[in-house]
Amino acid sequence: MCGIAGLIHKKAGSANIGQELTDMLQALKHRGPDSTGYALYGAPISNYIMRINLAEQADTKDGFEVQSQLQSRNDTVDARLAERGAKIVKAEKSTDYALRYEVAFDGDLKGLIDYVEDVEGVEVMSCGNGLELIKDLGDAAVVSGQYGINSFKGSHAIGHTRMATESDVDIRSAHPYWAYPFADVSVVHNGQLTNYWTNRRAMEREGNRFNSNCDSELIAVYIANRISKGDTLEEAMKRSVEDLDGVFTYLVATSDSLGMAKDVMAAKPMVIYEDDDFIALASEEVSIRNIFDHEIDTFDPYEGEVRVWQL
Amino acid sequence: MATVSKSSQSHDMGLHTEKLTNRTQQMFFDAGESANLTYAWAPEVDTNKVGTLDCEGMDPTAINIRIRELMAEGCGTINLSNPGSMHGLCVGILSRLQLNITGSLGYFGCGLIDGPNVHISGRVGWSCGENMMAGTIMIEKNAGSTFGAAIRGGDLVCRGSVGSRTGIDQKGGTIIVGGQTGAFTGFMMQRGRMIILGDAGMNLGDSMYDGTIYVGGKIEGLGVDAVPADLNDLDRKWLKSKLDLYGMEAPNGIDNMQKIVAGKQLWNYDNLEPSEKKLVL
Repeated sequence: MCGIAGLIHKKAGSANIGQELTDMLQALKHRGPDSTGYALYGAPISNYIMRINLAEQADTKDGFEVQSQLQSRNDTVDARLAERGAKIVKAEKSTDYALRYEVAFDGDLKGLIDYVEDVEGVEVMSCGNGLELIKDLGDAAVVSGQYGINSFKGSHAIGHTRMATESDVDIRSAHPYWAYPFADVSVVHNGQLTNYWTNRRAMEREGNRFNSNCDSELIAVYIANRISKGDTLEEAMKRSVEDLDGVFTYLVATSDSLGMAKDVMAAKPMVIYEDDDFIALASEEVSIRNIFDHEIDTFDPYEGEVRVWQL
Repeated sequence: MATVSKSSQSHDMGLHTEKLTNRTQQMFFDAGESANLTYAWAPEVDTNKVGTLDCEGMDPTAINIRIRELMAEGCGTINLSNPGSMHGLCVGILSRLQLNITGSLGYFGCGLIDGPNVHISGRVGWSCGENMMAGTIMIEKNAGSTFGAAIRGGDLVCRGSVGSRTGIDQKGGTIIVGGQTGAFTGFMMQRGRMIILGDAGMNLGDSMYDGTIYVGGKIEGLGVDAVPADLNDLDRKWLKSKLDLYGMEAPNGIDNMQKIVAGKQLWNYDNLEPSEKKLVL
């Protein structure tokens, strides 16, 4: 089933988006308790923020010499970043396996990411100047507590609660997906794509990489692929409604935008609240209502509809 | 109009509904009928005895149980507040009741009801009034998709706009939408009537067996086997009486409403089914 949610403060500058999105996602727990993910957009900085996972959570709970393996991978990642001229300005560890690096780098980003991800078990969850992509197993309260998300301030965010149906319960298959290798682009999705493999093979032939077997990753790669060909975000999303087959409602966020798209059958839910400064979207109104203490008016977007809001 | 029988009028217009007891039968439409929204045999209740229910901090099961307790205590009117868009509220109410809801409902609100008159000040999520059998539901704001799915009787009214697949599998009753409706409205509709005062999305009335859809705005596209029909005096009279009942108006006037019925090229639900059965048997 899955639940998706997003919000954007168009004028506020820096709001408590971590707490707000946690409250929204926790209200959607019944749509999928397997994993929860956030794509949070803080004030942009000049360096890149890289969120890197050294292993799946499950892999750290059994096996031999786990800690030494994680340390070895961490050392290798650091060495490869240095080798490509990326300077780690700030390093934090949210869990044994999740790194947050601020990196000074002005070279080929895709080449750098590819080189880091070539380390066994390592995945770059996101890279951008404002984007922080965090996802892990459990509901929003668990993941938020684990990563200190409730204190995060920023302008906009999207999130996801997952009920795994077509791929594993693991971090790799959790949403959001970063639109590799484009900085600051992320996607969450509720639905099923029926032409996943056709599109995936076509995009792989064009050099795009997939990290999971989750059909939702296709949307992130598709959007990135279209942007690389010159489409605006809105153009890419409108084209996706024609090209992607199946039932879907998805949200995309960039450094300064939040967008939603719904398939032509309108088979997956979406409710929108909108005023002059603030927009909130979610699979169910109960999610939006969880961050308001007063009565609100909401509406459903229609079939094939694409909307984009900008800061 | 004067030369055709009441029965054939109703058949031609799809203006008939079902009785809900015994074998399926036709009840033919009379434009002069008063609102017949509850069963004649439904027990009277004391609407002057008012119960209140604040849903803050309660879960849906507890709320639905409390509604039943208040009804058992003889409350003919219940004022419910703070529903918080929770799912599955106010379902399965099988007798007369004036239910006033301040706030919004989530999915499956007021489903399977059989007799109450419900007023909702906010909006409703997907599948409001699903399988409703009798009574009225009035929603002041918007509604989600599958509004009135498989409704069999009563009036389901939304002053705002609704999502897609409105009245999917409708089997009777009346659905009224003040704003616009999405794609596949009236999909596989079998009986009953629907009034859309605003625009209707693509594939309106797709694969409908019977029933009638009136649209006051633009129709993006008709579905398979949905065809336009002429608006006649009986339609106009019924539309006026129904809209007057809820204080609503067709934005371009009743005379300019479009009427959509089943072309019956796919199925003839009323007449062919028994003969088909014979052939099969």
